[in-house]
Amino acid sequence: MPFVPHTEEELWQMLDVIGVDSIEQLFDEIPGELRCGELQGLGPGLWEQEISRLMQGKARQDGQPLCFIGAGAYDHHIPAAVWQLASRGEYYTAYTPYQAEASQGTLQLLYEYQSMMTELMDMDVSNASLYDGASALAEAVLMAVRANRKSRSRRILVPANLHPHYRATVQTLVKNQGIELVEIPYDRSTGQTDLQALVQHTGQDLAALVVPQPNFFGVLENVDALTEWARANAALSIAVVNPLAMAVLRPPGEWGKQGADICCGDGQPLGAPLSSGGPYFGFLCSKQTLVRQMPGRIIGRTVDLDGKEGFALTLQAREQHIRRSKATSNICTNQGLMVTAATIHMSLIGADGLIRIAGRCHSNLQLLVEKLTSLDEIEPLFSGPVFHETVLRLPLEPQRVLRTLAAHNILGGYNLAKHYPELGNALLVCATENHNQGDMDKYRLKMEQVLTSRRQGACATMAKFD
Amino acid sequence: MSNIPENLKYAESHEWVHDEGDGTVTVGISDHAQELLGDLVFVELPETGAKLKAGDESAVVESVKAASDVYSPVDGEVIETNELLADSPEAINEAPYDNWIFKLKLSNPVQLDELLDAAAYASLVKAEEH
Amino acid sequence: MDELIPRTQTLIMLIFEHSKSGRRAQAQAPMADDGLSGIPDDLKRKRKPRLPEVSEMQAVRHYTRLSQKNFSIDTQFYPLGSCTMKYNPRACNTLAMLPGLINRHPLAPDSHSQGFLSTMYELQEILKEVTGMSAVSLAPMAGAQGEFAGIAMIRAYHDALGDTGRTEILVPDAAHGTNPATAVMCGYKAREIPSKADGDVDMDALEAALGPQTAGIMLTNPSTLGVFERRIKEIAGRVHEAGGLLYYDGANLNAILGRVRPGDMGFDVIHMNLHKTFSTPHGGGGPGAGPVGVSKRLQPFLPIPMVGTDGHDYHWLSEEQCPQSIGRLSAFAGNAGILLRAYVYAKMLGAEGMQRVADYSTLNANYMLKRLMDAGFTAAYPQRRATHEFIITLKNEARELGINAMDFAKRLLDYGIHAPTTYFPLLVPECFLIEPTETEAKESLDAFIDAMIKIREEARTDAKRVRGAPYTLPVRRLDDVRAARELDLRWQAEEEEERA
Repeated sequence: MPFVPHTEEELWQMLDVIGVDSIEQLFDEIPGELRCGELQGLGPGLWEQEISRLMQGKARQDGQPLCFIGAGAYDHHIPAAVWQLASRGEYYTAYTPYQAEASQGTLQLLYEYQSMMTELMDMDVSNASLYDGASALAEAVLMAVRANRKSRSRRILVPANLHPHYRATVQTLVKNQGIELVEIPYDRSTGQTDLQALVQHTGQDLAALVVPQPNFFGVLENVDALTEWARANAALSIAVVNPLAMAVLRPPGEWGKQGADICCGDGQPLGAPLSSGGPYFGFLCSKQTLVRQMPGRIIGRTVDLDGKEGFALTLQAREQHIRRSKATSNICTNQGLMVTAATIHMSLIGADGLIRIAGRCHSNLQLLVEKLTSLDEIEPLFSGPVFHETVLRLPLEPQRVLRTLAAHNILGGYNLAKHYPELGNALLVCATENHNQGDMDKYRLKMEQVLTSRRQGACATMAKFD
Repeated sequence: MSNIPENLKYAESHEWVHDEGDGTVTVGISDHAQELLGDLVFVELPETGAKLKAGDESAVVESVKAASDVYSPVDGEVIETNELLADSPEAINEAPYDNWIFKLKLSNPVQLDELLDAAAYASLVKAEEH
Repeated sequence: MDELIPRTQTLIMLIFEHSKSGRRAQAQAPMADDGLSGIPDDLKRKRKPRLPEVSEMQAVRHYTRLSQKNFSIDTQFYPLGSCTMKYNPRACNTLAMLPGLINRHPLAPDSHSQGFLSTMYELQEILKEVTGMSAVSLAPMAGAQGEFAGIAMIRAYHDALGDTGRTEILVPDAAHGTNPATAVMCGYKAREIPSKADGDVDMDALEAALGPQTAGIMLTNPSTLGVFERRIKEIAGRVHEAGGLLYYDGANLNAILGRVRPGDMGFDVIHMNLHKTFSTPHGGGGPGAGPVGVSKRLQPFLPIPMVGTDGHDYHWLSEEQCPQSIGRLSAFAGNAGILLRAYVYAKMLGAEGMQRVADYSTLNANYMLKRLMDAGFTAAYPQRRATHEFIITLKNEARELGINAMDFAKRLLDYGIHAPTTYFPLLVPECFLIEPTETEAKESLDAFIDAMIKIREEARTDAKRVRGAPYTLPVRRLDDVRAARELDLRWQAEEEEERA
């Protein structure tokens, strides 16, 4: 019996102790009409070799294409030690550290994580993680509404150049609490949040302004102006940032004169594999004054009965298991294992390593853009500075280009047509330290072939060759 | 048995009220309430100027194992809060009747008559203990 | 009141304290710094973040040593009630990390996703079958998010009917704290329903609470009291008659897997905790996965994305195909890697294996309950069968020996056993909620019972010693009051220098 250790003899011994004749009898309180027969369609259990073959087949089907898609999930090198350590049973199979004395490993690691994230973001406090970047932003929005005592409104300004899936997620998670998300357009030439459009909201009662860095187009925002505008209008500022970029860009704590109030984002670039979109983890940091409005677990350092240092969950009275319907959030389980990986990742790579990785991402993007724009009719769409991702204008529909490239095992980027139809033939491309010259040359070559064959009117059939 | 001073009025939700006699009252939580909560670690104070109705959530007292709302016992406007509690929430554990939470300017003084006196509150506490 | 305990010189080494400025030992980043030539200076960071500067070996040693300070399923019996701490098969981990799966970009085109999409589709089908629901979305990233999705769907359903007067969600007093918190996140008022002395919902109180303001009820069955709600059909009937819907909290699905299906009990929507019932890792507190299943009438509202098929190829179902969906819950498609692990587990169990989960988790719980009762411990619901978990109350021990549930819990740690869930549910005084799971052998269960008996013996002769436990772990009991009053939530370079 897979994973059930009982011997036949033990089964009878145990039934005998309980005083019943069969396991069946243990279910005698359940009305008979509710009992289901054998489950259909599940088939017999597979042994390890059979399931391995099955999964290997599925994995092979998806191949290992050369990928230039970013759009919120980035292919970075993960040091070998990261998942070897994070997969240790003591991390992998422990649970939320309710019994602090028996969980000092996880607790200390989370305290170190909080320390690293506050350093990276230059903020006062960090929680021990949320689910992902998009849901972390939703929690940040709720936190801002609770915390902004100057504002009676529940209006949040959200730039249109924030990741569309983040905007959609926030909408799902906050709409039932009467919170209104107001969209701020972007500047069509720079790709940055449109300051002129923002000024129209000056003097209004607002709870918060969301400031992405970089934004969904990969473009860097004028974060000082945005943060200062928010402060001048008694709105809190919520930064949404790529944590890797913060090794080289001014972090939220340094934005404007006093820094952003809350910052959040997705921790995926710190040690989480792409893995079809999850598990990643959301991070959330804030100023000290907002700590009691923070959702999720927070670890504190304290002492034990003998005065020895140790770590424990703290500020638990904010949480659902104590506050129930008045809790800051319903969150319970977070993404502990991903944070374990991220903490080890940051320790191994350090600040200098992150700076060099960020630098390589940036220079690789420049190289990629150079190569692709050397082709006729491909050009950058926006003039604003970028980190490791940018939007290119193509001479034909991205969908057709991408399909052909995919047939050659290249995932050429993310098509913006669905969410930004006003941009025309716009493709979001990303480069990381994992790309090399050869990869980019290959992409350029295939792109050139796509464009050439289009000119010869043969684009539609091209996928059949190669 | 917890301490229940005779000179105070009480709400069923365990707040005490001291009538200052000038149209204002001082509000805190009872000895029984602080005992139930255990060591307090934080007190969230109301905003000065807030207009409260009797029964409104006005402050929060927090221990490591519980967080409890403090309800306004009467209608009124918050004229002062006890800032000392921001740094020393434990003061409430040490002396719950000296360490008040906020002061109200009454908007409906007759409500004071509806509050419990010490004897009535003592029997309420006794009933809860059983 | 206790004085704060002074901090002694026994400092813990943080990773930062292994750090030395200028150490360059990494092979994990490019050797050269390419700089940031395309970025204006005023956007660049001036001060480097103070992350540790350690060698690979120092990091490996530090985090290996830290791991050794944890209890885990792999190292200890972990009978944490309501959490289903069962063995996490290693094949699930290995197979979810196969290169084609682990490196798949979430926005990869369907042409490079058929392996992944077909797996997700099959998992949806498996979960439909085991829950008896008509459709499943895998989108929620944890149980609490599944709860949110469930209640948001109930709201979307009433809204779609123009029935906007329903403002209350009923929640039993024994419910997990996430239930009322979720109701509030969805814009509802949570109204508590009391339980009766035998653990079942009080039908009279339910009757009195139902009305045109009732949007729905959130129930766990078996309940958090470790007993099966016998009148569930009747409850479902009454709630439906009042126009409300029934939400099933799948926290305790392990107890009935392959035996009873929430869909057959009359529930309209359920969430499952795959990190409990489907044995994906708890990871020191996540990631979890909280798929939701629904009956026909809630199907249009399921969260996106989901996976559909034309019988040959698999594709995403998104806004276009599901216009009435409550929407997205994450940037991509939830905790995909966890879903893969759950799929592998489900395939390894098969239909028969699923039923064995319910059978043997129930056997183990009833065996422990009986042996504890025989040893003189007090069951909270002695007249009831245990399900996959049960509650004992240590109020007698607390009164007679001065040893409360927390003291027992801490002393169990010294015996190498993780404590059960303590002080939950809130309505049973001095309680232990004990869930052994089906993967524990009889020897573990016996060792737990022996330890409980021994601790009670110790308490009779030296209560103080028990109250001082644990003694054998990296730290003794921690000062929670100090942790909350003097917040120390991160390492700060300047402060550490002052202390040194």
